[in-house]
Amino acid sequence: MAASDAAAETDLSLGAEIARARRRRRTDFLRRLVQHRSFLIGAVILALFILVAVFAPFLAPYGPTEINYRAILAPPNATNWFGTDGYGRDIASRVIYGTRVSLRIGLVVVVTTGILGTILGTAASYIDWLDGLIMRTLDGLMAFPGVLLAIALAAALGPSEVNAIIALTVTFTPRTARIVRASVLVVQGMQYIEAAHAVGAGHARIIFRYILANALSPLIVQLTFVFAVSIIAEAILSFLGVGPPPPAPSLGNIIADGRSYIQEAWWIAVFPGMVIAIAVLGLNLMGDGLRDVIDPRQRAMGGH
Amino acid sequence: MTRFLIGRLLSAIPTLFVVTLATFLILWLVPGDISAEIGGIDATAEDLAAIRERLGLDRPLYERALLWYGNLLKGDLGHSYLLNRSVADAVLERLPVTLSLAGLALVIATGIGVLLGILASVRHNTWLDQGAMVAALIGLSIPDFWFGIVLIILFAVQLGWFPTGGFVPINEDPLGWARCMALPAFTLAITQMGVIARMTRSSMLDVIKQDYVRTARAKGMRGSTVMFRHALGNAMVPIVTVVGVITGVLLSGAVVIEMVFSLPGVGRLIVGAIQRRDYPIIQGGLLVTACVFVFVNIVVDILYGVFDPRVRDGR
Repeated sequence: MAASDAAAETDLSLGAEIARARRRRRTDFLRRLVQHRSFLIGAVILALFILVAVFAPFLAPYGPTEINYRAILAPPNATNWFGTDGYGRDIASRVIYGTRVSLRIGLVVVVTTGILGTILGTAASYIDWLDGLIMRTLDGLMAFPGVLLAIALAAALGPSEVNAIIALTVTFTPRTARIVRASVLVVQGMQYIEAAHAVGAGHARIIFRYILANALSPLIVQLTFVFAVSIIAEAILSFLGVGPPPPAPSLGNIIADGRSYIQEAWWIAVFPGMVIAIAVLGLNLMGDGLRDVIDPRQRAMGGH
Repeated sequence: MTRFLIGRLLSAIPTLFVVTLATFLILWLVPGDISAEIGGIDATAEDLAAIRERLGLDRPLYERALLWYGNLLKGDLGHSYLLNRSVADAVLERLPVTLSLAGLALVIATGIGVLLGILASVRHNTWLDQGAMVAALIGLSIPDFWFGIVLIILFAVQLGWFPTGGFVPINEDPLGWARCMALPAFTLAITQMGVIARMTRSSMLDVIKQDYVRTARAKGMRGSTVMFRHALGNAMVPIVTVVGVITGVLLSGAVVIEMVFSLPGVGRLIVGAIQRRDYPIIQGGLLVTACVFVFVNIVVDILYGVFDPRVRDGR
């Protein structure tokens, strides 16, 4: 009796010790992240971007599709900060509302790509006979250069926000799944997974509690970059006329409008592009910072 | 080396299979009656029936797939009703413009990117290093098609140094060709320069720490010889990898940039086809560009073997 009590007690204190260590590691991680200069700058930029998108109706002086025939192609001034377009629509208001489209598409693509990538990557590394099939298919999809597959898919499905999201998800999932697969393969070989099998943990428990939890960091870094690329890709799709159709104020649509006015109204194209560049820069800074803090050895290893 | 080469070529087969299958399935994604879309507004009922017959739309999917692969093996990518010509001819005619644009951008991006990366690694942790890395990060955050428009506004509309768009074939007027290609090539290069610079810097920093670099220095070799011969040679493998990845980005970037600068390449062909709903051309353009990329990746892998003997012998 006394012996089992003592065992329960040490067990309890051990559990508390583990919980404390875990908390310490987490706060330590957060502290290093917050102290990381580029992560911090990136996070502030992203926060501003999100605030602008959320409070667009309060920030924008005009409606995004409000036409004013008395102020056509007005250069930037006190009432129209970024000038107006060929219909007299206020570019600043359109850009402010445009951040909503970019943010919405970016966030949804991050979620769908994250889920699909995790499922495919985990399935490939966990189920032997599926590995070859999944990986060859993903390799094949990655053979389409850049966002070309997304352009063709969106063209076939028709121009709409949902179709743009589908097209971008199909395009960005392969690389994400590869990254998940690679890190799951590493974790799978660890001794604690073997130990979990030995004590009789089920497959679901092992996958979610041990493997995915420990393979999460590279996925988070990758998804930050997917977010950044999605914002640019949405603009490309809109610019080519296969994104959310006009008059929707997507940043790409505004740039496409501006393309036809480069001779007389530079401001239409210039401002929305600057907003995209700043948002994407913020996400890239965050991704770099996360990668630095999670895995210092991977520092500045190019590309997306 | 021969075995390595053959192995690499064979591994492209499943990739090409997926590429062609995905391209085929794109037509199947189109909602509604494709024959009406392809035929256009003034197509008669017989025209539509002919299109359906030709594309095999009245037959089950697997038969259409067999037809598609049968035609592909004959080098037939289909027929564009709107251009009234073979898709393969239309795409191949435009391919040189796209390839020269992407190639030019690759040369500029690699040249400047590698130099910037070496400079940053040699002056590690100085203002030069940090400045170069900030510039690289800004470069890869800029949407390239937008940057192209900004360059047109600055250098073509305001300063008038370059044409706002258009194209002159190189064999007619080399100088005019260079003037037409300068802005688009630079636009494409600027975003990818940063990626190459970052990669060069980090792999140079890895290599510089190695013993053989210290030995070379200790022998009294000149700093630049050590950097270029010993360090850069060994930093080449990761750089080549990135160059391979970038080629894909440049190929798809070229498609968009052609629209901005009105260059008659595959990209403008594809986007024009999107507007006219000319699906066979979209498929053909997509397929040919993907095949170019698959080929580039094979070349990159072979270069791996050239730079790193372990790759071709060991495995």
